[in-house]
Amino acid sequence: MLLSEATSAGGFFNLVPLVVFFPIIGLLLNIILGGRLGEKAIGTIACLASGLAFMVAVLLGISLIGNPEGITVPFLNWIAIGSLQLEWAFQVDTLSVTMMLVVGGVGTLIHIYAVGYMHEDVRHNGDPGRFQRFFVYFNLFIAVMMILVSANNYLMLFVGWEGVGLCSYLLIGFWYEKGKDGIGNAVAGKKAFITNRIGDFGFLIAALLMFKYFQPLAENGVFGFDFETVQELAGLVPAGIIFAITMFMLLGVTGKSAQLPLFVWLPDAMAGPTPVSALIHAATMVTAGVYLVARSYAMYSMVPEAQTWVAVVGGVTALFAATIAVAQFDIKKVLAYSTISQLGFMVAAVGMGAFVAGMFHLVIHAFFKALLFLSAGSVIQGLERGYHQVEHDPMLARKMKHGHQFDPQDMRNMGGLRTRMKTTFWVYLIGAVALAGIFPLAGFWSKDEILAEALHLQPVVYWLLTSAAFFTAFYMGRQILMVFFGQPRSEPAANAQESPAVMTIPLIVLAGVSLLGGALNLPGLHTFTTWLEHTINLEEVGTAVTSVLTKIGLAVAPVKGSMAEGAAEGGFNLTVALLSTGLALGAIALAYYFYYHRVRAMQALPAVRRTDDPLRAVLGPVFTLLENKYYIDELYGAIIIKPYTAIASFLADKVEWVFWHDFFHDKVLSGAFHSLTWLLSKPIDTNVIDGFANGLAEGTQELAALVRRIQSGYVRNYALSMFVGVILIIGYIILRGI
Amino acid sequence: MPVPVEYYLGLASILFILGALGVLIRRNSLIIFMSVELMLNAANLAFVSFARHWQQPSGQIFVFFIMTVAAAEVAVGLALIVTIFKSKASIDVDQMSSLKG
Repeated sequence: MLLSEATSAGGFFNLVPLVVFFPIIGLLLNIILGGRLGEKAIGTIACLASGLAFMVAVLLGISLIGNPEGITVPFLNWIAIGSLQLEWAFQVDTLSVTMMLVVGGVGTLIHIYAVGYMHEDVRHNGDPGRFQRFFVYFNLFIAVMMILVSANNYLMLFVGWEGVGLCSYLLIGFWYEKGKDGIGNAVAGKKAFITNRIGDFGFLIAALLMFKYFQPLAENGVFGFDFETVQELAGLVPAGIIFAITMFMLLGVTGKSAQLPLFVWLPDAMAGPTPVSALIHAATMVTAGVYLVARSYAMYSMVPEAQTWVAVVGGVTALFAATIAVAQFDIKKVLAYSTISQLGFMVAAVGMGAFVAGMFHLVIHAFFKALLFLSAGSVIQGLERGYHQVEHDPMLARKMKHGHQFDPQDMRNMGGLRTRMKTTFWVYLIGAVALAGIFPLAGFWSKDEILAEALHLQPVVYWLLTSAAFFTAFYMGRQILMVFFGQPRSEPAANAQESPAVMTIPLIVLAGVSLLGGALNLPGLHTFTTWLEHTINLEEVGTAVTSVLTKIGLAVAPVKGSMAEGAAEGGFNLTVALLSTGLALGAIALAYYFYYHRVRAMQALPAVRRTDDPLRAVLGPVFTLLENKYYIDELYGAIIIKPYTAIASFLADKVEWVFWHDFFHDKVLSGAFHSLTWLLSKPIDTNVIDGFANGLAEGTQELAALVRRIQSGYVRNYALSMFVGVILIIGYIILRGI
Repeated sequence: MPVPVEYYLGLASILFILGALGVLIRRNSLIIFMSVELMLNAANLAFVSFARHWQQPSGQIFVFFIMTVAAAEVAVGLALIVTIFKSKASIDVDQMSSLKG
């Protein structure tokens, strides 16, 4: 009863600040008390903080059912400088609440999983004290991500945008003293941060352009970057400017959502603990770019050129990353490239105007990619447990290769885990099949919606995405077969152990939503489309522009409505669905042929003629190219980083050190300083000032020696001088009197 | 026939000069002391003669005050001389020149 009242009145809307404050309270509690509490208490606080934020999001969602238009909840006046009036206000609408539900829901599950995962991870890495730090960072991430999605203006969004970047940096470098050469993880964190800064630069330029061109048009000349105003005024700004804004924004998107050309940081970000990869680098943070484009749909749908750019960037990234994933051996790297590829799908979708399809895939992808990463974490720890057992068993330890560092993330060390880790196998399988887009799992529905829209809106991108989908199914099939089927390729794999319930239960929940998530937006029902249409309404863009134009008495220009119509028409397309499912099944069959049959056949061969991957034999140099990620890192190293470091070291060694330090500082400055101080100290200080002071003292002494003689000590002398004095005074008085 | 005031003043001046010379010249501190008394009494004489001349009693009252102060001064002065004599076994003022610069 209370619930329904609140629902009809939208009564829960005012709770929205709590989605940010619950995680902040959680992290403060853990900072202050965490040192004294045990792991259980720290984990409980962090999970509760995230879980309560999720509950608030659920309540907001319930309120939105009654009041789908949503509301803006003002919180405080943030910055007020003349015509810039920024509010810190929370946007509650279907789009932001969708994001809050994903962040809160998936976030909470990953928090729970992380309690189990980090318990072992901190011990495996030898510093149990960092358990507390991990959950402080994790709650901080939830808080800033909530700021990002609940913002009602671009600058507040930017605060969240930077905040999640910071958390990403902190968590990638969580084991900062580990990794390659003892700094590998720190370098990975730095790489992520700097690459993101390039994107943030684009975002900032876009924001500044927005201020320059939107502020004069705004009511009373007061501009607050809020989405609503931008949406209303977008039609009045010249299309060229909107194009520039959207393209700079795209640069920000490519940074945060790991698209070409700024995707290089995401694979390296796998240096962070696995729950971090799941939460930040797969499910939530990296989707911020997609969210940003969806938020700015009014601007994007005005300039088709920008849409094409975004769609092509997304499509090319999707295919590009999917091909790299085929030749990776690190279980998490495969998933990382898969994430880049899937983000490409989303970016392509929101780019071509299929905002709902993009957001739908974002939600579904959050489920199954979190599931895959977490299961991968379970596999890795299963192997670590196996390794631990082998180490302590002399019989087994003898079989291990000596002097060989065991890598629990290398799929070449796995195999046959199906029987050792049953739960993990099944949930992994569900995640993989969902990702491959096989009917009727969630990924099928969301991917096919994008493909159907793409065929309709951007045929080129459609073919890019369809081939990406083929590779997706192939690399997932490869991964499943390499990890879970066949014979164990190492002793730890043969002794791997299943993870505890605190880890497997979140996995089962995520597997459930990955199975059934497609029900959110079934063809014909379009629940999710209807839900989001309250926020993303392409027809309204046209009318808003028209009404503003008529209001100020301008001629009404014909508004481009083709995109709006196109997006509305999309939806399910049987041909597309059949084709993509057929391709996916074909790819899985191909993977089965290579990684089951060929691998088995290979085992009959003598060891020298075996290769680590049957595909290497077929593709040859192409495989090496893919394994080395098209040498993109090397390319960037050669064309950007090398010249950059060369310039930097030239500036540092030659300009800074030789010129400024050795010459200017040591010679010119300090030489001049030395002669000046010599001048001041020798002639001026020693001679003039000291001379004066000493002279004064000596003069006083001489004078005193002179005057001392008067002090004879004879009373009569004193008496005489007194008499003389008296006589003089009297004489003076008498003479004056005359 | 009354003695004119100039005579008294003349006597007072002579007494004062004698006292002053005694202070400046003699070395025996008791003598110096007596010379100081002589100067004081010369002043007293001048006071009473003016009082008589101007028929004003205030001059006479001053004299009483001066005699009182002189008595007190003698008490202090003699005590000082006794103390000095105890330490130096002499009352020669030239011996007491330890404040010489």
